[in-house]
Amino acid sequence: MVAQAEQLKGRFQGDPSFEYEYTEINAEDAERLIEDGKEPMIKEEVRLVATIEQIDRAVGIIPRGAFVKTPLGSVHENRNFEGLSVMEAKKLSSYFHFTEPVNLKNKTLLEKADLDPSTDFLDSLEHDIPQGSWTVQLEKGGTVVVLRSLLWLGLTFYHVPMTKQYGYIYFGSGEKNLDLPFMM
Amino acid sequence: MSAKHFERMSALTLDLPSQGETPLPNVMETAFYFEQAGIGLSKDESYHIFLALKKLISVQPIQTCRFWGKILGLEMNYIIAEVQYHEGEEEEETEEEEVIEEGGKGMDEVEDEDEEKEKEDEPPKSTYKPPPVIPKEENGTGANKYVYFVCNEPGKPWVKLPPVTPAQIVCARKIKKFFTGRLDAPVVSFPPFPGNEANYLRAQIARISAGTQISPIGFYQFAEEEGDEEEEGGGGRDTYEENPDFQPLSVAEMVDSLSTWVHHVQSILKQGRCIWFNPFQKSEEQEEEEDEEEEKAEEPDELQQETGPPLLTPLSEDEGIQNIPAWTAQPSTNLIPQHAVAVLQSNRWPGAYAFASGKKFDNIYFGWGHKYSPENYTPALPPPVQAEYPSEPEITETRDPTLEEELAFKAAKEAALAAAEEEEDEEDVEEDEEEDD
Repeated sequence: MVAQAEQLKGRFQGDPSFEYEYTEINAEDAERLIEDGKEPMIKEEVRLVATIEQIDRAVGIIPRGAFVKTPLGSVHENRNFEGLSVMEAKKLSSYFHFTEPVNLKNKTLLEKADLDPSTDFLDSLEHDIPQGSWTVQLEKGGTVVVLRSLLWLGLTFYHVPMTKQYGYIYFGSGEKNLDLPFMM
Repeated sequence: MSAKHFERMSALTLDLPSQGETPLPNVMETAFYFEQAGIGLSKDESYHIFLALKKLISVQPIQTCRFWGKILGLEMNYIIAEVQYHEGEEEEETEEEEVIEEGGKGMDEVEDEDEEKEKEDEPPKSTYKPPPVIPKEENGTGANKYVYFVCNEPGKPWVKLPPVTPAQIVCARKIKKFFTGRLDAPVVSFPPFPGNEANYLRAQIARISAGTQISPIGFYQFAEEEGDEEEEGGGGRDTYEENPDFQPLSVAEMVDSLSTWVHHVQSILKQGRCIWFNPFQKSEEQEEEEDEEEEKAEEPDELQQETGPPLLTPLSEDEGIQNIPAWTAQPSTNLIPQHAVAVLQSNRWPGAYAFASGKKFDNIYFGWGHKYSPENYTPALPPPVQAEYPSEPEITETRDPTLEEELAFKAAKEAALAAAEEEEDEEDVEEDEEEDD
């Protein structure tokens, strides 16, 4: 579903029942769908759900230490998380993607030796491609650190250092910024 | 900033002759209306910006001032104030604009190569004439009507942006780059941008203003002038004034139809200016020169005069992109229509908003500073390699033969040589034979 919805381009209409004509699929899929008696249409609500999933998966982030992994493998919230320090909060390596890690196994053994398996079990933002697709800024006189994603324009993550407060939110048009490499 | 300084500054502002109207905009009121639509900055930040604008006004001789908006950047953001100086008080720019010309590629290098060649045969001179430079508009007119000040954070000193030139606007249309937040950062792009980030920022501000600054119809009217539209430049009217008899329309009407809103900033032509400038108006000297030389075919005498939509055109004339309308209009709330505010969002410049409620209206911009395009950005390709010499009867330029062609030619030549040698050998042998006999 996500793969199909990824191919739709343009702005959202605002009407969840709006149907997009699904014109860019293989001939096989089209034949299959027509045989089923359905025309290739996608509803906007499907596209909306797929977009939310994409955004969460691609740029949903948490500070390091906010979640822990037990030796049994389950992940849950760290009630002892006191927040990042101000120095740590300015570094991209203190933030992780909140999805299944992709790059962890590619690290060398030397790097893996420095990791703490209870907190460092996710991909950090440092190695995101393209490099520099996150902006880190201190706002409000330096009391709040704000990360903005350049791949999904409108995704903003905030964290107040030395406190437990953090979160991310998306305000935008729901379109991936594919021009990112040209704009950097 | 010590308290004493503040007191002194507030004393200065109180000395202004016009008691009722200060140039200071009521940022908090504007923020209140935009907040109804979910747009805006936090209250603290709005208040800090308010105070920063007050400081700006006390330092510069400013007639009108407006909080234009905020543009996000990679390292730092920009807070932008749109300002008009008092007439006659504008500071003359003593330094020429520091336009950093990106290294002269293209024709400059070709000319160097020409000179480096042997002087025995004078190579033909390059007949390249760079396209005429279109002058920027005067301060106070067209795209330079307002002066813009930026700061990275409220509290930091305000920096004045240089006026914008048509070349910068034309180039800014072709590139799409994030702002870093440092005004002196270079803009590395193709086509090379004539300037640094301050110029690029100014060009984008000019484009956004021209495309998205709107007001309810009737709020501004053309000043009563003696003549009609026949002016030399053919630009039409470019000044407006507030209409004292403005009757505000209801919010429902403002939202329903886009013809109740008008642009009050002149649109920028393709040339990069608001008023057409014909670069081929020749002076007498140039005309004499041309009489001597032949007329070149490339010189377009009749450059089409570009016209844009005149000032105060309603938004219903705005073209959308593909099937997306140019503007989306909504009331701020459907539940309490009597207190709703009409809010417009621009779809061509995401981040540009406007509201209207009774006699109050304002525009603002919060965003990254780029235009919306449904297709992905494709950078311009470099121009094709230019010929070094024009094709004349004496000199023509052809492509170098490829390796295969050269080998084939060599083989053919050797075959011809071998055939010729064989014939000679045969003749020799025949002669020998004859002699023997």
